[in-house]
Amino acid sequence: MQKLVIIGAGMASGRLLEHLFELDPDAFDVTLFNAEPRGNYNRIMLSPVLSGEKSYEEIITHDEDWYARNNVACRFGEHVTKIDRERKVVVGENGEVPYDKLVIATGSAPFIIPVEGRNLPGVVTYRDLDDTNAMIEASGKPGAKAVVIGGGLLGLEAAAGLRLRGMDVSVIHLSGHLMERQLDEAAGYLLKRDLERRGIKVHCNSSTAAILGDDRVEGVLLEDDTAFQADLVVMAVGIRPETRLAVDAGLEVARGVSITPQMQTLNDPDVYAVGECVDLDGMLFGLVAPLYDQAKVLAENLLGGEATFVPKDLATKLKVTGIDLYSAGDFSAEDREEIVLRDAAAAVYKRLVLKDNRLIGAVMYGDTADGAWFFDLVKNGADISEMRETLIFGQAYQGGTPLDPMAAVAALPDDAEICGCNGVCKGKIVNAITEKGLTGLDDVRAHTKASASCGACTGLVEQLMSLTLGDAFSPAAVQPMCGCTDLGHDDVRRLILAKELKSIDAVMQELEWKTSCGCAKCRPALNYYLVCDWPDEYADDYQSRFINERVHANVQKDGTYSVVPRMWGGVTSSKELRAIADVVDKFNIPTVKCTGGQRIDMLGIRKEDLPAVWADLGEAGFVSGHAYAKGLRTVKTCVGNDWCRFGTQDSTGLGIRLEKFMWGSWTPAKVKLAVSGCPRNCAEATCKDVGVICVDSGFEIHFAGAAGLEIKGTEVLCQVRTEDEALEYIVALTQMYREQARYLERIYKWAKRIGYDEVRRQIVDDPERRRHFFDRFVFSQKFAQVDPWSERVSGKDKHEFRPMAIVPKEAAE
Amino acid sequence: MNVQTQNWVAVGVLEDIPRRGARCVSYGAMTIAVFRTENDRVFALEDKCPHRNGPLSQGIVHDGCVTCPLHNWVISLETGQAQGTDEGATASFPVKLEGGRILLSLGRA
Repeated sequence: MQKLVIIGAGMASGRLLEHLFELDPDAFDVTLFNAEPRGNYNRIMLSPVLSGEKSYEEIITHDEDWYARNNVACRFGEHVTKIDRERKVVVGENGEVPYDKLVIATGSAPFIIPVEGRNLPGVVTYRDLDDTNAMIEASGKPGAKAVVIGGGLLGLEAAAGLRLRGMDVSVIHLSGHLMERQLDEAAGYLLKRDLERRGIKVHCNSSTAAILGDDRVEGVLLEDDTAFQADLVVMAVGIRPETRLAVDAGLEVARGVSITPQMQTLNDPDVYAVGECVDLDGMLFGLVAPLYDQAKVLAENLLGGEATFVPKDLATKLKVTGIDLYSAGDFSAEDREEIVLRDAAAAVYKRLVLKDNRLIGAVMYGDTADGAWFFDLVKNGADISEMRETLIFGQAYQGGTPLDPMAAVAALPDDAEICGCNGVCKGKIVNAITEKGLTGLDDVRAHTKASASCGACTGLVEQLMSLTLGDAFSPAAVQPMCGCTDLGHDDVRRLILAKELKSIDAVMQELEWKTSCGCAKCRPALNYYLVCDWPDEYADDYQSRFINERVHANVQKDGTYSVVPRMWGGVTSSKELRAIADVVDKFNIPTVKCTGGQRIDMLGIRKEDLPAVWADLGEAGFVSGHAYAKGLRTVKTCVGNDWCRFGTQDSTGLGIRLEKFMWGSWTPAKVKLAVSGCPRNCAEATCKDVGVICVDSGFEIHFAGAAGLEIKGTEVLCQVRTEDEALEYIVALTQMYREQARYLERIYKWAKRIGYDEVRRQIVDDPERRRHFFDRFVFSQKFAQVDPWSERVSGKDKHEFRPMAIVPKEAAE
Repeated sequence: MNVQTQNWVAVGVLEDIPRRGARCVSYGAMTIAVFRTENDRVFALEDKCPHRNGPLSQGIVHDGCVTCPLHNWVISLETGQAQGTDEGATASFPVKLEGGRILLSLGRA
């Protein structure tokens, strides 16, 4: 078998490997070097990772399994020091690897402007995950300030992400308007205004003189002597091909590694190059689409083919949630004509650049729906003289009556490009769907790569699927929350935070709900998410809560209610029992029963009597037991070392402390706790949502048990020494669950879905994160720990408990 | 008398009912649920789900429907018909707003 060595595990070489293994999995014995200590991930999606809209795990393209399955020898985290073309070996830090064919895929390096202070700690570039993590870490400091040097695509995505993370962000840009390579001035202005509305300060025509600071960065000084404070400086002024190894190896290098259209280096037929590091007749490539084309060409040629790479026009989209911007083709040509549409109220700007009755460029801001169609006209060089009058209004206005979006997609020709990142055209997607019988978005992504990179064309792909499959297609690759939306719970939670949506109306408007006011599935879920995410700002919407949570009692099958007062840790007294007995007598309560959670349930209470029942219970010192709530229910305990000869700790005391700390909090589904004083486990802590087993040396914390529809023993979180620590860990775990789980998802299901180790990683291994969870829980309790019963005894929602009118039978006769 | 007339009875004012909520009217042994939608339309149904007699007045009101709190049947406020694949209907009563007052017709006795 021939030996293939690849230097660099980025998106271009990753795609090369995919093609190679698809065409002939047994052709090469592959060794893959990567200076980064990880494999191929979707670098385009670092911006959503930075802004917190996605996690790193979600953007991994090739995981360990993939490399193992394909027998790739991975040398990750190892720098290549030399290519020895004489002996045909690649020299890595940990040893040599011989090759028959070599691919240089070293990508690009960020350009660092040569000013004083550029090497200070706190000055970062924006190229890889480590840069992203460094930025996320810097943004964690309250009130931290960031200066982004460079207002191009990367710089602005960095600025938007850092702003979403709460930093004070300024962008310094050399040119007169933002993204000057892709946008004209008018669109640059709209973009600047939108960014400023998000609280990002933008300074154009500004040139950096120096980066200030002694042992770490403190500020940035401009040529005109303006100075900005900075805890973080992101240098995003551009990239240059990384060619050092190629130069040292004596390969021909211009700005990048010079290649033939067959992707071969000019002076060694066994050495190829692909990706951002190459230079083809003076052209460099920074966007992903041409890199993928190159990868395909190279894969064929490595297997003896003779494919050639032909550069194409490119379209650009900015990946900042809420900003729609599209630019394609050329808009600086001479002898051009222009058509411009401005709608100030809607903040829409469109500009088409024409030459000889052909569209050669398009810039759109605010409304980019026709981007793909315009781009198609640019690529095909179609004669537009027939539709020139209405061209700027878009495809829907051509040929008489406006088309609906579905018809517009149907009208696209087969070679219309749908996915710009991966260069997938309509015909290929439709063929894949019909020939391979694909029914889900994930399948289409897997087979065609369409919408698998930046995801901006997901809507188009779904429309195509819908056209091709008819009713057989449900766009639910993700299970939608309900019929009112196509978004899943996780997307909705993420967007509530990312877009700072703080009311049910705002969520439904911004996320384009399909119904006017939701349904009984989504409304309670949204209400919970908003209560959880904005505890101090969101006003709980009682009409979006299930009846039990609205009237703070459990509706029974006959329409009566049951009432369970809190008995802290299951401990009661003669006074409490007497008060309960009196209430039972006074209101003729038919059934009194002990619950499984060590308290007393009174069943069969008429709704009208609830406030009076609560008033009597309240006088005896009872508060609501929240036996009806998606919230903290009971904390079951045993008597511990107070009484028990085996007890090792004060399990009752810890249980009561936990319950008093956590009562009143709303959670995605009910939460039941238990504390057992020794491993005999009389409180049955090992089948609870969170359980504690006391031992001589401290407290063993358990989580993710279940004893309902499913039976499942708990997982061990960790062991801690003190009660204080036990409280902190349990509260932090609960808050993590509150913030991350889907509505109605119990802890055991959530933890299984995200992985038990992930819970341990965030709660046990990361003290700072644990503390933050804990603090957020404490903050939210300030607003949650109000006894709902006493509120209602004093008149809140009194309409709930009385009939509006009593009409005697005769009155209507 | 052979002429059938509708008897309109005033049962309260619009503000008595929360938006996307309901209040009950006792009528002899029967309970009637009066609903107010998001856009201030008013409907009246017997407070009994056709499935297992659940109190519809306690359900979540959305668009033109209410979801029963017991087993999530969705009932049309206008017709009382169960929606989707469920079958059954609950009695509905004519109701109208006059100057903010809610008038309920308890039918032809």
